[in-house]
Amino acid sequence: MSLLKNLGRQLRAGELSATELTQAYLSRIERHDPQVRAYLHVTAEQALRQAGRVDAQLAQGEPLHPLAGIPMGIKDNLCTQGIPTTCASKVLAGFCPPYESTVTAQLSACGAVMVGKTNLDEFAMGSSTENSAYQVTANPWDLKCVPGGSSGGSGAAVAAGLCAAALGSDTGGSIRLPAAFCGVVGLKPTYGRVSRYGLVAYASSLDQIGPLTPTVMDAALVLEAIAGHDPKDSTSLATDVPRYSETLESLSETQPLAGRRVGLVQETLGEGLDPEVNTLFQQAVAHLASLGAEITIISCPRFAYGLPAYYILAPSEASANLARYDGVRYGLRAPEATLLAMYQATRAQGFGPEVKRRIMLGTYTLSAGYYDAYYLKAQKVRTLIKEDFEAAFTQVDVLVSPTAPTPAFKAGEKTADPLSMYLTDLMTIPVNLAGLPALSLPCGFTADGLPVGLQIIGRPLAEADILQVAYAYEQTTPWHHRQPPDLS
Amino acid sequence: MKPTECSFLFWPMSIAAPPRTQYEAVIGLETHCQLSTATKIFCGCPTTFGAPANSQTCPICLGMPGVLPVLNATVLEYAVKAALALNCQIAPHSKFDRKQYFYPDLPKNYQISQYDLPIAQQGWLEIELVDEQGQSSRKRITIERLHMEEDAGKLVHAGADRLAGSDYSLVDYNRAGVPLCEIVSGPDMRSGVEAAEYAQELRRILRYLGVCDGNMQEGSLRCDVNISVRPVGSPVFGTKVEIKNMNSFSAIQRAIDYEIERQTQALEAGERIRQETRLWEEGSQRTISMRSKEGSSDYRYFPEPDLPPIELTPAQIDHWREELPQLPAQKRHHYEEVLGLSAYDARVLTDERPAAEYFEATVAAGADPKQASNWISGDITAYLKAHKLDIQALPLRPAGLAELLGLIQAGTISGKIAKELLPELLSQGGSPLALVEAKGLTQLSDPAALEAIIDELMVAHPRELEQYRAGKNKLFGFFVGQVMKKTGGRADPRLTNDLLKAKLEG
Ligand SMILES: [Zn+2]
Repeated sequence: MSLLKNLGRQLRAGELSATELTQAYLSRIERHDPQVRAYLHVTAEQALRQAGRVDAQLAQGEPLHPLAGIPMGIKDNLCTQGIPTTCASKVLAGFCPPYESTVTAQLSACGAVMVGKTNLDEFAMGSSTENSAYQVTANPWDLKCVPGGSSGGSGAAVAAGLCAAALGSDTGGSIRLPAAFCGVVGLKPTYGRVSRYGLVAYASSLDQIGPLTPTVMDAALVLEAIAGHDPKDSTSLATDVPRYSETLESLSETQPLAGRRVGLVQETLGEGLDPEVNTLFQQAVAHLASLGAEITIISCPRFAYGLPAYYILAPSEASANLARYDGVRYGLRAPEATLLAMYQATRAQGFGPEVKRRIMLGTYTLSAGYYDAYYLKAQKVRTLIKEDFEAAFTQVDVLVSPTAPTPAFKAGEKTADPLSMYLTDLMTIPVNLAGLPALSLPCGFTADGLPVGLQIIGRPLAEADILQVAYAYEQTTPWHHRQPPDLS
Repeated sequence: MKPTECSFLFWPMSIAAPPRTQYEAVIGLETHCQLSTATKIFCGCPTTFGAPANSQTCPICLGMPGVLPVLNATVLEYAVKAALALNCQIAPHSKFDRKQYFYPDLPKNYQISQYDLPIAQQGWLEIELVDEQGQSSRKRITIERLHMEEDAGKLVHAGADRLAGSDYSLVDYNRAGVPLCEIVSGPDMRSGVEAAEYAQELRRILRYLGVCDGNMQEGSLRCDVNISVRPVGSPVFGTKVEIKNMNSFSAIQRAIDYEIERQTQALEAGERIRQETRLWEEGSQRTISMRSKEGSSDYRYFPEPDLPPIELTPAQIDHWREELPQLPAQKRHHYEEVLGLSAYDARVLTDERPAAEYFEATVAAGADPKQASNWISGDITAYLKAHKLDIQALPLRPAGLAELLGLIQAGTISGKIAKELLPELLSQGGSPLALVEAKGLTQLSDPAALEAIIDELMVAHPRELEQYRAGKNKLFGFFVGQVMKKTGGRADPRLTNDLLKAKLEG
């Protein structure tokens, strides 16, 4: 059952007002967020105002958008006019953008209710949300574990019922990884499917906004609302947006995946894969076969080069994107006597270690004499990975892999070793490099009760395909019914 | 070099001193032209000059977190048109890049520019120099590249001229994101005059196209000069010095002339030229060192991921090519070779497109080109200047001017009468013929009538007649004057001459 549809039905039936719904979520936040620490700012006042407008619409008998009155969490790297947008960085402490991002404007126009801004790794750089300058978010399934990153606040908030749906951003896995670690659905759309206007840039050629939701249908509903061309984003695509939710309802009950060709990415099943994850993944594949899918093993030989290529390209772009935080116009300014000293002190105090590491890395790889060896070579690798995927998609309709090599790990476990942290994104990064849509949904739980994610990758703009496969799987498995242990 | 190493040690010694080495300058220009679009290159802010500080800004041109650039389509059109007018190759695939450096006038701390795939390369423009004898010579200057980029803001320093040493500095971002087109010439110029003429021709072309107003005082056209000096005949270039801060063509010329002299003297004194940027100081008429350029800065260019590559179809390029007007050089050639004007006149007339078009319309309406040129460059230009008028707004239209010149040529009025009528025609317009008739100013060319007047005068001035006949030829002028006085200047000058001569001789 879709949570959003269920809530929408209750609102329309008058069983619940939007204000009551918002209040219910706000009080859950008040009760449980001190443990989960998913939110950086709770926007109760604006949320109740927006809910009031939806109630007024209801009273007038006006037709409601499926997202009207739905309490949502918004990752704090999406600009919200007059509301703090910090990117979990000290350099943007107290920064209130004078403008609204396209996606939040779209949600607002649909009547969705923003209950707060969710935590993330500083500037979306990280895989555990431990790189936030403000707080460490806990995994609702085990508070000692990380929620994944960088959209960890959004993933944890959805899993803990601190919002009905959330937005995240995904540069190398930042939606799918927290979805997998938190046992929810996370969808990274095709690059260009959703406008990036107002998303604070980390790596512009890889960043993409997408939903984190309790169910596949919910993800389809949110994507419908935020996808489409935006004249303010020159990289956004001008292709029509399908009615994703309707394509799910039309799937056959008995053999929903009959005739679908599903490819297993061989390269994701090797060394480093947690045995429990592997078992759950193999069971998921078997289940897909039972729904009518034809399973093939597919090789993407250059898949493994995705991670090193990413750690050149993303920091290169980041080093330029983050140059604007210099203390001159907005955000933190360290008072110093000279311009250079002010620059240095502002950036030294404003950025955390991981952000500094990536800025230095990117500055180095773009330097004269190194550009060809690093940046240019990584771009070539990117092209090769894209070609691998193109070749694969001549044989299959969707590709599947585990979303991450392991389930959620303990907080602090990998903070001292950036490279092991980087490996968490091994399975998700190549998808960003190729600009493809991909989704993660729960495919079981470890013996310790931690969720494991199944990644489904589609052709460019084939969000409907991956949503359909995911929906067919979800509707015939019990995982999405499971709730995290009661937060006390 | 020690004497023992010298291979021409036993060369027969010449008694005369060795000839002094001749030096030549090698000069190239980098010109930043502000494209005259209504809005900025990547956002919708207006580009009007002189607005209150930071009043023409938005989150995009202020480089706020999360904003994205969108290319103004007119910027691309203007840049391509400029490139076509400069005979450049237009790149079918081009892209933007980020040029990275930290400076407070640069909101993102990178400038969106074009690096290795500029929109256009390999063009040329022709300059025409006219010397004091009126001799003209033409020279092609190559254009190495033309690219689009955004301008930075402006710093205002308190308590100093520069950032260093100022008490504080304020930033005005009105100019940030204003569209620029950078045009880089080849190292083809050899003198200040050539460089100044190149800059003027470039400005003329851009103004003809309407893509840049060329206002140097407001910074719409900024020229940086690269100059080195080498012995004549040397195949290698000397050390390059960059000169900035010239805000007129004559300043460009003077700065170069100064710099050639400075570098030549330094070389003759055995000094090394430092690779540096120098500023032209208008007050002292010299260049001063600003900063060393040795160890060039690393801008860490990489492709701008927020903007898709620029793809241009041949059809689009052709369409823009068809919209190009006739350019100043083509007009000059036509005026000199077909219409028979001097190089000097052709140059004056083609300096501004509206004047050239006025001239051409006058000629098309039947006027003699030389006469039209004289009148337009002379009286009409003086009138426009005095009244601060544009030629397009002049009430006297080209057809009217052609009519006036036709009246002179047909002998209906004299040139003198025409000049007297001009102020009224210039300010009121209308038909010159109608005005001549209304004022009764048609020329007196009836021999009988003129003879009668001359007869009267001879009777009235017997003493002068006697003196003239006694050989005082100068008095001929006196009689001409008397005829003109009598006829209110309407007497046909040539006929008057002929008749007077015959009558006075008796
Ligand atoms: Zn602007």
